[in-house]
Amino acid sequence: MTAPRNDTAPETVKANIKDLAGFHREIHAGVGEVLMQITDLTVKFGGLVALDAVTFDIRRGEILGLIGPNGAGKTTCFNAITGVYRPSFGSVTFDGAPVGRIKRHQITRLGIARTFQNIRLFSEMTALENVMVGADARHRTSVPGALIRSRRHRREEHEAIERSAALLHFVDIAHRGGEKAKNLSYGDQRRLEIARALATEPKLLCLDEPAAGFNPSEKSALIDLIRKIRDDGYTVLLIEHDMRLVMGVTDRIVVLEFGRKIADGLPTEIREDPAVIAAYLGVPDDDIS
Amino acid sequence: MSAIQERLSATWQRLLDWWDRLSRPQKWVFGIILFTAVALSPIFTPSFLDTPGISFGGTMAQFAMIAIIAVGLNVVVGQAGLLDLGYVGFYAVGAYTVALLTSPESPWNKMGPTGFFSAPWAWLSCVPLAMAVTALTGLILGFPTLRLRGDYLAIVTLGFGEIIRLLADNLGDITNGPRGLNEIAFPHLLESQQHPEGVFSASNSRGDANYGTWWFWLGLVLIVGILLLVGNLERSRVGRAWIAVREDEDAAEVMGVNTFRFKLWAFTIGAAIGGLSGALYAGQVQYVAPPTFNIINSMLFLCAVVLGGQGNKLGVILGAFIIVYLPNRLLGVHFLGIDVGNLKYLFFGLALVVLMIFRPQGLFPARQQLLAYRNAARELLMARPSEKEPAQ
Repeated sequence: MTAPRNDTAPETVKANIKDLAGFHREIHAGVGEVLMQITDLTVKFGGLVALDAVTFDIRRGEILGLIGPNGAGKTTCFNAITGVYRPSFGSVTFDGAPVGRIKRHQITRLGIARTFQNIRLFSEMTALENVMVGADARHRTSVPGALIRSRRHRREEHEAIERSAALLHFVDIAHRGGEKAKNLSYGDQRRLEIARALATEPKLLCLDEPAAGFNPSEKSALIDLIRKIRDDGYTVLLIEHDMRLVMGVTDRIVVLEFGRKIADGLPTEIREDPAVIAAYLGVPDDDIS
Repeated sequence: MSAIQERLSATWQRLLDWWDRLSRPQKWVFGIILFTAVALSPIFTPSFLDTPGISFGGTMAQFAMIAIIAVGLNVVVGQAGLLDLGYVGFYAVGAYTVALLTSPESPWNKMGPTGFFSAPWAWLSCVPLAMAVTALTGLILGFPTLRLRGDYLAIVTLGFGEIIRLLADNLGDITNGPRGLNEIAFPHLLESQQHPEGVFSASNSRGDANYGTWWFWLGLVLIVGILLLVGNLERSRVGRAWIAVREDEDAAEVMGVNTFRFKLWAFTIGAAIGGLSGALYAGQVQYVAPPTFNIINSMLFLCAVVLGGQGNKLGVILGAFIIVYLPNRLLGVHFLGIDVGNLKYLFFGLALVVLMIFRPQGLFPARQQLLAYRNAARELLMARPSEKEPAQ
């Protein structure tokens, strides 16, 4: 369905999109408070210590960048936060509740959503349905309700469609919403992943290298989108390799190297930090001795 | 070869596209005409369709049962992507539930003066019981095994199918072992002078409207009911969760899908539908024995689903028709002195190989039509919002 956007859509639809993409629940939005606290987080794979006593926190309403050279433990940290790995030691507290032992789908309900470094969409579903799967995280209809098409089922179904369509408009790919996810272009797939994550109504959105494989103009469009997401009251955790993107969009940066945190501060501070420069550019031979 | 194949697939694609372009009422009209034609086919059988050896009604009754199985198996394999190689086990549990409750050879016979089933209604009251027991079996099997994925799950279900058959074979005191259970109840409906035991009795064996035809009609009604219910599930959060699990289980879980619960639901629903088909089988044949529930039948059921097109509930019904009809039609047709009807496993094996090379998605691949409110969705997607920023 490659229908061109038309202008004949009802006025109510246009007006609604503004309201629909936002939160449907009351959320506590004290900007600057600690949202997620990561204390002494340690992840070991056998003898390998992938993450060694990393401590930092994420504050509400900020865009926090997590950077580091290849193999520094960024993605491991990310997976430990979002419940994919169990931490060997240390704790992660989200919004006052521990994220240690609860199941993955419940972590999503707590309000943590993520995208994947290597795109993992439901490729045979349409883009709209992909986003609806995310929206379903907040729904309660199960098999009995769906079988008899209960009132709640119909309400949730309508709501999911409206919200998902609004989110597709938000990330600017609504005109391709009826196509299978696998047929979308690479950039649109990345945007779709973001829309799907936003549909779960997260308090914290974790983006794992969202700009991988983007050209400069796509990158700057992505920066705008991430800012737009932050301005809507989401908190963003961003893993990224591209220094220009990270420096351009983040409010604060945490730097990892060999599984340890080596720096933590504003982008301007990080740029000047000797440890960070050493980690990225190496140290001159005469400084080692 | 490839030119012919291309032309064939192009024609086929045109047909599918034509169907897609029809409006909903047009589809309904076509559907009803087709349904009526199929329902009346045993009465007005064109001679080229007729099956030698067995009445056309009987063939269609078999078809109805396998079609129900295909729809149930499609929920498990096609929708949720759980490869179940032991589906015949559920068929067996359904059939044996009815048999054990109503056969005079069973120690648990509840018919007759001491039992609580009255003969005319025994079969009908056993059907929901059979479905419940099978659903429970599915739940019990699924609970420990659905933590496994892919090939591992396939192996475990394969084992399950064999276990059920071996139990039926070896628990001689209860199931009468390899001799099987006889005189199973059937619905005593529409009794008359001509048919003293009703039209569903095996004694109604002459003419076109014989007991096979009546069982076929009953099966058709059940198929329509199941299709409506399964369709409701497909176009809901549940259907989306199933497909999400099939496409990428980890991503689904991270998106908040309780994968284990929805997989268990798929298993249970599939099992219940298989049990229903088993109950139909037990009622029609009035005899169950272990060889019917051989593992090769599991493969045949799976063949119907793969042939028809995984994930498309109408496609798999056509697959079921092919699986049942062709061997019956070709029975007694001799080629080089070989009875072609006996070579069904060879032919279906070949058909699968050819299909996997040229059309791995099946004859009628699933079309993405999963939204209940498609037009509303399309309208929302095409709207150009005056203001794209969502509220704070």
